[in-house]
Amino acid sequence: MVNDDKGGNQSMSNAESTFEKISNKKTKAEQLLYASQWKLIWWRFKRHRLAFAAMVILAVLYISAIFAEFIIPYDPTFRLVGYEDAPPTKIHIYIKGEGFQRPFIYGLKREIDSYTLRVRFVEDTSRRYPIKIFLRSEPYKILGFIPVNIKLFGVEGSPLLLFGSDRLGRDLFSRTIYGGRISLFIGFGGIAISFILGCLLGGISGYLGGTVDNIIQRIIEVLSSIPTIPLWMTLAAAIPRTWPVTKVYFAITLVLAMVGWTGLARVVRGRFLSMREEEFILAARAAGAKESRIIIKYMFPNFFSYLVVNITLAIPGMILGETSLSFLGLGLQPPAVSWGVLLHDVPDLSILAQRPWQLFPSLFVVIAVLMFNFMGDGLRDAVDPYSIIF
Amino acid sequence: MLSYIIRRLSIMVPEIFLISIIAFIVIQLPPGDFLTTYIMRLQASGVSINQTIIDTLTKQYGLDRPIYIQYFLWMKNIILYGNFGTSFSWNRPVGEIIMERLPMTLIISIASLIFTWAIAFPIGIYSATHQYSPLDHFFTLLSFIGVSMPGFLLALVAIWFLYKYTGYAIIGLFSLEFLDKPWSFAKLADMLKNVWLPIIVIGISGMAGLVRVIRAMMLDEIKKQYVTTARAKGLPEYKVLIKYPLRVAVNPIISTIGWLLPSLVSGESIVAIVINLQTIGPALLTASLAQDMYLAGSIVFILGTLTVIGMFISDLLLAWIDPRIRYGER
Repeated sequence: MVNDDKGGNQSMSNAESTFEKISNKKTKAEQLLYASQWKLIWWRFKRHRLAFAAMVILAVLYISAIFAEFIIPYDPTFRLVGYEDAPPTKIHIYIKGEGFQRPFIYGLKREIDSYTLRVRFVEDTSRRYPIKIFLRSEPYKILGFIPVNIKLFGVEGSPLLLFGSDRLGRDLFSRTIYGGRISLFIGFGGIAISFILGCLLGGISGYLGGTVDNIIQRIIEVLSSIPTIPLWMTLAAAIPRTWPVTKVYFAITLVLAMVGWTGLARVVRGRFLSMREEEFILAARAAGAKESRIIIKYMFPNFFSYLVVNITLAIPGMILGETSLSFLGLGLQPPAVSWGVLLHDVPDLSILAQRPWQLFPSLFVVIAVLMFNFMGDGLRDAVDPYSIIF
Repeated sequence: MLSYIIRRLSIMVPEIFLISIIAFIVIQLPPGDFLTTYIMRLQASGVSINQTIIDTLTKQYGLDRPIYIQYFLWMKNIILYGNFGTSFSWNRPVGEIIMERLPMTLIISIASLIFTWAIAFPIGIYSATHQYSPLDHFFTLLSFIGVSMPGFLLALVAIWFLYKYTGYAIIGLFSLEFLDKPWSFAKLADMLKNVWLPIIVIGISGMAGLVRVIRAMMLDEIKKQYVTTARAKGLPEYKVLIKYPLRVAVNPIISTIGWLLPSLVSGESIVAIVINLQTIGPALLTASLAQDMYLAGSIVFILGTLTVIGMFISDLLLAWIDPRIRYGER
């Protein structure tokens, strides 16, 4: 509440401000007085433009992953026979002499390069295929239970490969969007486990102190001193190859959480230690509150906002972890589609030099991780009770 | 100082013990003990196994005894004989494979550390002294991207760009003609032609975080009054910066070796796989893919131990620089 008189001063010093403006400010100041903790955080967060934009972009990514079937033009396993390793389709909106057009594409012709004997794709400019929005399609089900027969966009008559296609002629754009389902959500699974472990062990460590605290601290120190990727690699190596995808998925989240909980436990412990000595906890204890009530009712709400920040900053690590593991071939295996699995197809320079579009999925990894970092940065400022709101 | 060293050493012992337990758990994780895997492997390759070999191996690793005895046998072999066990995929002692690759791993990790520092310090100081300037914003953005890019991706993109714009392809540490040759100046020169790329790529991800720390530390110090005093007395600007705030800011930065080291080794292992370096990373990958758990577990053990030793050294450095730690509490 440090800020409300500041806001008042500002409006007073503003000579041109009319009576209406002042009274508006007043109500805002009043709002500040009565706003809940979460509302204050939300207002502060909204001021942080970069973080807010990052949140919007993340929302778009997650929504498109959830409703992937509606957005993607092709099924992720569908093979466009004859279009293997095709480059991204060029979308045209302008033709010389004819001016701007509705976005359209040309068909692709296969040609064999007479010099390198490699298959090459050339645009066949004889016919144009317009890109249609809300295209009718074969009936399918979103998320497996909402029956639909419309796709967001598509082209009739010629393949539309926004990111090109892979070795088996599958549309890379469709696979990338669909892969977000695994790659974006694996962070939540890992975080959920880390969260439980971190709160539990960090809480015990901070609350009990003494020998237990010492042992847990040593374990945390050791786990964070072992290089993460080697540890992940060996743990992932222990997953039997014969397991089905869902089981492997769960195992990978466990592997990621094995390392992830340490950071959260540290935060929880630090908060517990500092809060144990606070007056309001003492008061609660003096009033005869049970230990469990003190923890849940008084301590937990006090550090929850810090936990949210830490979780936001820990999710990108999990996304990177899954991507790295699957890229190495130790995470999810090919029938599953994730960004790491898609990148597994580009192991070396020779393939990369010929088909650079295979790197498109990595763009999504970088964007998702970057946005989480931006958002976490903004959240950190937002939960700081001493930062300015208006 | 001596009592500090002893105190610090006594923390290290239980840490290394814990690491060995984690490594042992990793070895035990896959279903079935390693001997069954070993026998299956031999049978698959058409070699008949006689019972005496199986019996010797069972006895050597104590496979018929309880699990904690197996752990002690494993530790005893490592401590007394330096015997880490046998790798099935290479069919050689694990210790040999690791020792072959360890020097290169250390060289590249330490070089990356030096690179990280050499670049992060000037950038961090510049960003702090020119806060909110266009270059500061640029470096901030760059460090965010550096944090967000997985190491393998950075490596892939780097070798691709290098190839696309210069035609020079880095496919490993050495060119083909030097691959099996003994060390010579020509080979060293050949290595230097390739080794800078992995060092930069590994260094960049660690650099991003370090720049932020240095910037924040310097910003805190620059605002203090002793800096203003120094400036008021007419000291040249570079001297003001280097003599006073930098020396205070450097303390917490040395302690960053602690968290920089694991992330460097971690980054090194995955970048090494992409660029095909002869370090521990690729060996760990093949071991992991083949479920060669003795090799994989031992690598985790050794990397973990090395980072703990590295942290110990960084703590000693810190104590040497900062008397508050040497004589201080705890």
